[in-house]
Amino acid sequence: MSKHNDSNKGATGAPASAVEDTVSPLRRRILQGIAALPALSVSGMAFAQAKYPTSAINTTKLAITDTEVTVGQLHSATGTMAISETGSIQAEQLAIDQINAMGGILGRKIKVIKEDGASDWPTFAEKSKKLLINDHVAAVFGCWTSASRKAVLPVFEKENGLLYYPTFYEGLEQSKNVFYTGQEATQQILYSLDWAKKEKKAGTFFLIGSDYIWPRTSMKIARKHIENFQKGKVVGEEYYPLGSTNFGSLMNKIKLAKPDCIFAAVVGGSNVAFYKALKAAGITGDKQLLVTLSVTEDEMTGVGGENFQGFYSSMKYFQSLDNDNNKKFVAAFKAKYGKDAVIGDVTQAAYLGAWLWKAAVEKAGSFDVDKVVAASASGIELKQAPEGYVKLDANHHLWSKSRIAMGMPDATFKVVSESPELIKPDPFPKGYQ
Amino acid sequence: MKAIQELIKRYQLASLLVLTLLLAVVLPLSLDIFRLNLIGKYLTYAFVAVGLVMVWGYGGVLSLGQGVFFGLGGYAMAMFLKLEASDPVTTAIQSTPGIPDFMDWNQITALPAFWLPFKSLPLTLIAVIAVPTLLAWIISFAMFKRRVGGVYFAIITQAVALIVTVLIIGQQGYTGGVNGMTDLKTLLGWDTRTNSAKYILYYLCVALLVGSIVLCRWIQTSKAGTLLLAMRDKEDRVRFSGYDVADFRIFTFCLAAALSGIGGALFSLQVGFMSPSFVGIVPSVEMVIFAAVGGRMSLVGAVYGTLLVNAGKTYFSESFPDLWLFLMAALFIGVTMAFPMGLAGLWESHVVPWWSKRKNKGKGGDAEPAGTDAAPPAAVAATAKPARQASADSALTKGLSDVGAQSAIPGSI
Amino acid sequence: MEFSELLNIGLMQGFAGLSLFAVLLLMGLGLAIIFGQMGVINMAHGEFMTIGAYTIYLGSHLSSHYAPSLVSIYFPFAIVLAFLFAFALGWLVEWGLIRHLYKRPLDTLLATWGISLAMQQSFRTFIGPKEVSPTLPDWLLGSWAPKEGLDIPINGLFVLALTAVVTCGVLLALNRSRWGLRVRATVSNRVMANAIGIDTRKTDRLTFAIGCGIAGMAGAAFTTIGSTGPTSGQLYIVDSFLVVTFGGAASLLGTVVSAFGIAQTQSITEFFLHGSMAKVLTLSLIVLILMIRPQGLFASKVRR
Repeated sequence: MSKHNDSNKGATGAPASAVEDTVSPLRRRILQGIAALPALSVSGMAFAQAKYPTSAINTTKLAITDTEVTVGQLHSATGTMAISETGSIQAEQLAIDQINAMGGILGRKIKVIKEDGASDWPTFAEKSKKLLINDHVAAVFGCWTSASRKAVLPVFEKENGLLYYPTFYEGLEQSKNVFYTGQEATQQILYSLDWAKKEKKAGTFFLIGSDYIWPRTSMKIARKHIENFQKGKVVGEEYYPLGSTNFGSLMNKIKLAKPDCIFAAVVGGSNVAFYKALKAAGITGDKQLLVTLSVTEDEMTGVGGENFQGFYSSMKYFQSLDNDNNKKFVAAFKAKYGKDAVIGDVTQAAYLGAWLWKAAVEKAGSFDVDKVVAASASGIELKQAPEGYVKLDANHHLWSKSRIAMGMPDATFKVVSESPELIKPDPFPKGYQ
Repeated sequence: MKAIQELIKRYQLASLLVLTLLLAVVLPLSLDIFRLNLIGKYLTYAFVAVGLVMVWGYGGVLSLGQGVFFGLGGYAMAMFLKLEASDPVTTAIQSTPGIPDFMDWNQITALPAFWLPFKSLPLTLIAVIAVPTLLAWIISFAMFKRRVGGVYFAIITQAVALIVTVLIIGQQGYTGGVNGMTDLKTLLGWDTRTNSAKYILYYLCVALLVGSIVLCRWIQTSKAGTLLLAMRDKEDRVRFSGYDVADFRIFTFCLAAALSGIGGALFSLQVGFMSPSFVGIVPSVEMVIFAAVGGRMSLVGAVYGTLLVNAGKTYFSESFPDLWLFLMAALFIGVTMAFPMGLAGLWESHVVPWWSKRKNKGKGGDAEPAGTDAAPPAAVAATAKPARQASADSALTKGLSDVGAQSAIPGSI
Repeated sequence: MEFSELLNIGLMQGFAGLSLFAVLLLMGLGLAIIFGQMGVINMAHGEFMTIGAYTIYLGSHLSSHYAPSLVSIYFPFAIVLAFLFAFALGWLVEWGLIRHLYKRPLDTLLATWGISLAMQQSFRTFIGPKEVSPTLPDWLLGSWAPKEGLDIPINGLFVLALTAVVTCGVLLALNRSRWGLRVRATVSNRVMANAIGIDTRKTDRLTFAIGCGIAGMAGAAFTTIGSTGPTSGQLYIVDSFLVVTFGGAASLLGTVVSAFGIAQTQSITEFFLHGSMAKVLTLSLIVLILMIRPQGLFASKVRR
């Protein structure tokens, strides 16, 4: 524990100082100002409890004591999705550690109950019930796939829980009990299509996705945008079963259609096979424009730089982003999880969850879900987000910038374009239904 | 002799009574509603396990595709609930209000024809049983009439499980795809998510389960049960005696499918959603292990096995997620290698002899043997003779059939 | 569009079907040997393939870290190693487990399923949950372009060649070698084979181990196509099962024909329809044929 805190000092930026058991009023005010490190938190907490008695900040029987607030973490540590969700688990833990190192929230340390969804949607539902009904957690950070979110959503709405969901997803959803820290479909798609048209003069598109709700919805939006707004042409639209590794015929269809741009949302194990097949069919970055919605740094370790070289990925965050917030974040992440650790878009979004919750709770002065939601809806800003300044919209999604980056041979990304302004989240886009 | 038979008979009923008491009284009193709801969920799997005892233990045919029938029953119920949850008012935000949300996402603008029957509850309830049974009949008719059995039957059922999964996932506009059908709230306006509803559904589940066990036991003790065992052990002789082996097998397989369908429907009601992850190969094989742990010859044992494995899964995945798969693996290997008769077999070979020895010592002292003893699983296939836990391969196989053959005798007399 | 271009597409499409055939056959071969010759279904087949794939990854990792000069040549050696690893593990599994269960073939299904669970979790615990992809030598990457507009995938060629070699090797071994003689004798009549002095237990063990070894090689070859993770085996086993079930248990010929049929159906429907629809159509066709011929294309002629 203390080791982590040491390594996070740089990230939290709070000065260390000595502790005294008895605290003068003046000293208290100073402490309030810096509300800092674990060593200080004992006295800090005593203060916070005076200002925020447990009975006042917790009127709905959540698991909150004078010194601790319990939250849940619900991801797949096992099963097929463990590959993707590990990064989110790590990022959420890092954020929580950092918040604890700063003295916690309203003077309370965050205690985490970890549950394993095991890549199985029914298990997600069962575990979410356990977290909300049995453990009375104040908030849950978790889920990755749309299917797991859909499975737990009724539980959160029924039990009035609070879920921070990190993945970029298809939109068409807005729940009182969920905050979406990743991009919804239009944020990710429209910018990249406009970029392809403007910068790369792409007029014809070939849409490829894995066969489930996210790629289907994304491609629906993409098709409407291409046909109705860009006056371009979709020359092919293909979906392959999840886990499919056989793309031989698809390559020939692409060659037959000769699109200006391949627009891809292939996920999971299929992803690697897809890019290997492209390479093997001689469709490479120097000859063909390809923009994908589903390759982050996490996927790159499997896909391999040599197969993705010269293709483009559309995300809101890349590990190589050049700003101070991100440098601190990357350093802290690598200090905790090893120098080989990579940070993808979702990992960063997962990191934001705990911070957004902290900001909302402090604004509300309460852990009660209704008050936290109300405080969030009136606008929460995060200045220290690794992706840069973000703010929460009343529709529970984040305003964020979209970025396009090119894959490099060493499996990193080089950002080539960035939206000038924050893009407003629009989960129910008009004209795209 | 007659006295002993009386005792056995009473004992068989006693084991069921103990189970009923445990499920209907002890567990509801000792667990909060959240845990009880979990138990209720496990019990829906127990329907499948009970069906497997009939097909596998008695019929000698291993099906690795029972998840398909569970899923079909569950989907039938879920379709009804989903339609009720998708009334035009709550779905006003969609481009086509009044159809399930996933259809709207997939650009379907009208309710497909095969969904129409699920607007009616009676038709749905019929479908819950009829659809799995029909599929089971088609599969088993094609297989058993051509005398396909054993390992080959097992992998065909597995292929069916795979294909049905791919179909469900692939046709997401009609089935909800990978996400399944979520957000099922009410049954004819009755909110199934309240605590009182959970209690009612739990008791419904227990009642139906006990009813199914009674039905299966009745079949076991009838002539059909005896014949099933006979054809499991010497198929050709039964055939030579003029019986149509295939018909009996088809009947059992359809019975198991119907039971699984009921389990699936209860699952949808209690848990509030259905997903393709119950249909595939993995859940189907897991369901076999429930029956194997309980004892493949014991109906009551199958219920205990289901409860035990699932409780273990929940506990271990909460506390030691890494260990769980290792433990599950050990369970698979251990049960097949060391305890092929499962918990019921252990009860037979260890507890029963010990008990009768003690009873013989203090003759007349203990009048009520089983009713007072609540905890350990009791065997249905109760015989005075213990199951032979022989180590040699051939002796073991023989032991399996011995136990089975004897178990059918008391009832048929 | 010109004629020559269409011809190119046609040729490449033909090759796509052929390489899918090779993939399916290689996947199913190990399973078919074990099932056909011993009547045992190895549910851990996919995990044995994963072992092979991880062996390649190990080879790639070691060579790129310790001997960069070997990166271009490690691959063939790693394939042999993959066979040996899987072979050795198969030997152990047969010795520890399968040989006790020959009288109860249904129980081997459950026991090997247990093995597969344990192996998956071991991969996850000891290697890591993330998917890995070995660094392939340059000569395995990209395409072979005999003329403008015609790109034949090199990894496809490689898998095709390997499948041809392995299949011919197995057929030769079964029909020409001493082991093959013993296997065939054991399959025909176990008791009689025993009586004339064939050690059927040893034959079984060797057969099982060889089946597992081939699975390992198959997994190794597939690193050129996809990635490897702890649960990759689950993806492989599905297709392997379909191939073997559809082909019928008795002969390797059945496996070959079934792999060819499935591959061509899928690849052609994929080209003219959509990817997901193609899969559904292929599977429906398989179900339909299985309903009419439940014993598979080439039924066992052995009397039960």
